[in-house]
Amino acid sequence: MNGSQKLLIIAGLILAVLGMSYGLYYALFDEHQTLQGMGMSLATGFANVAEDNLPEARTAIDNFSAIQSEYVREVHAHSHSIALGMLLIVLGMAFNQIAFAEQHRFLISLALVIGAVLFPLGVLLQTFDLGIFAKILSILGTITLIAGFFMVTWGFIKPFSTDNSKEQN
Amino acid sequence: MNLVSDSPQRLFIIGGIFLILAGMIFGEVFAVFILHPSIANIDQALQAAAQAAMAQDTEGVYTHMRDLGMYLEYKGTKVDAHSHIIQFGYLALLLALIQPYIALSETIKLRLGQLYLFGAIVLPPSVFLIHYVGLNYSPLETIGWASIVADTGGLIIIIVCVCELFGLFKYFTNTDNQSEEKTDLLQEYRWESRVLLASGSLLLLVGFLFGAWYAAFKLDPHETSEVAILQEVMAESINKNRQNVAQALNQYGLHQAEKGVSIAAHAHINEFGMLALLLAFIQPYIFLSQKWHRRWIKVMVAASVVLPVSVLLELKFGLLAMILADVGGLFIIVSLFGMFVGVLRHTGKVDAGFGAAT
Repeated sequence: MNGSQKLLIIAGLILAVLGMSYGLYYALFDEHQTLQGMGMSLATGFANVAEDNLPEARTAIDNFSAIQSEYVREVHAHSHSIALGMLLIVLGMAFNQIAFAEQHRFLISLALVIGAVLFPLGVLLQTFDLGIFAKILSILGTITLIAGFFMVTWGFIKPFSTDNSKEQN
Repeated sequence: MNLVSDSPQRLFIIGGIFLILAGMIFGEVFAVFILHPSIANIDQALQAAAQAAMAQDTEGVYTHMRDLGMYLEYKGTKVDAHSHIIQFGYLALLLALIQPYIALSETIKLRLGQLYLFGAIVLPPSVFLIHYVGLNYSPLETIGWASIVADTGGLIIIIVCVCELFGLFKYFTNTDNQSEEKTDLLQEYRWESRVLLASGSLLLLVGFLFGAWYAAFKLDPHETSEVAILQEVMAESINKNRQNVAQALNQYGLHQAEKGVSIAAHAHINEFGMLALLLAFIQPYIFLSQKWHRRWIKVMVAASVVLPVSVLLELKFGLLAMILADVGGLFIIVSLFGMFVGVLRHTGKVDAGFGAAT
């Protein structure tokens, strides 16, 4: 197993475990409260309408939207970090099949790891009041990930030479 | 890879494919029989809440909102059960692949495999039951027994993953292991593995690009327009304009459908890409004639494109696209089942001593 494979497998396992741990924490301490908050905001909004109180209804709907936006990002951070972690592991196992030299494979694996960490982190940080920073982080993660994955796809489609797979550190 | 009897690899591979098949069959049943009626119930509850608001019936609003929450939970827990069982199947296949690099005894690895499958089998049905069990007899205020059991299943899986990670670190930090030659899973060129690797990565690349496009250009406008539509529903409800309320609610339903199909298409294309990559590794362990072996691969790759594309076209072509998506799902299940039979035949051959174990 060469350096790029080790990097992908270890980073993938760590990312998957972190994603699962976050999911467990979220399910235990946050999810039920968040869902309740969303339901209550929507119900309060309609109840305000029943009482002809449009300004309060609007506030309740804005509140609903804010909680829903937070919920979507928290769930996406959880699911994407696990999915990307698993993808890094499986790519790690197949990385010797990519028709590039090991030094190029290592750079591609580095890009994939950076992207796989930055993207869910950026999504999660969007739930905090960090302004544009979190969005930039997730966009950077996406670009790095897609660029790395484009190279992986190219490497799998390119005619395969057995020399590539035998090439080790 | 060692697929002899009582090996952790065999347990993870057979257990993993079984979990994926179970999750997909559940998803197919859900898509055909449950999804659309439950969306209709959600729409009706929201309409009823708006009508109660127009009638200035505050108590009625809360009753319909409770119904809405119940329908959302009914649908959400089924989607969660479907996705978790498939993800656990994928993770089981991944763990099978890294077993040669886990520096733990075979007995411990086998026990970890059994523990993993226990957690993976416990969690999804428990999630499914959350809606039905509710808070009955629960010792906690917000979490019911089904959630507690599901979380325990999740904790078991995390513990297994941490142990596997420890074994992997042990392997990498032991210099004796570094010099030891491991059989490379994809050492020899195989048409079947190569096609799955290339098509899987292509599917994932398309899925990533679609996800990035959605996040960049659709996510924020969707969130903004959702609030705007709800504000309109409320304003028109106060004006007692039934026709405009109905129109706005219809728009809200379409908006939710557009969001739903975009997310489902993105998720499914990525899932199938991942599945293709994972299955590339087990191709040497599928004991089928070359003709059938390649036929299942072609069917799976074609269906992996048909399903997400049909899901995306559901809003434009309605029932036709829905049927096509369900048929695509069915073909993926059938082809995966074909490969599963091939793996079982391979293990039978190994047990009977007719073939190489690795």
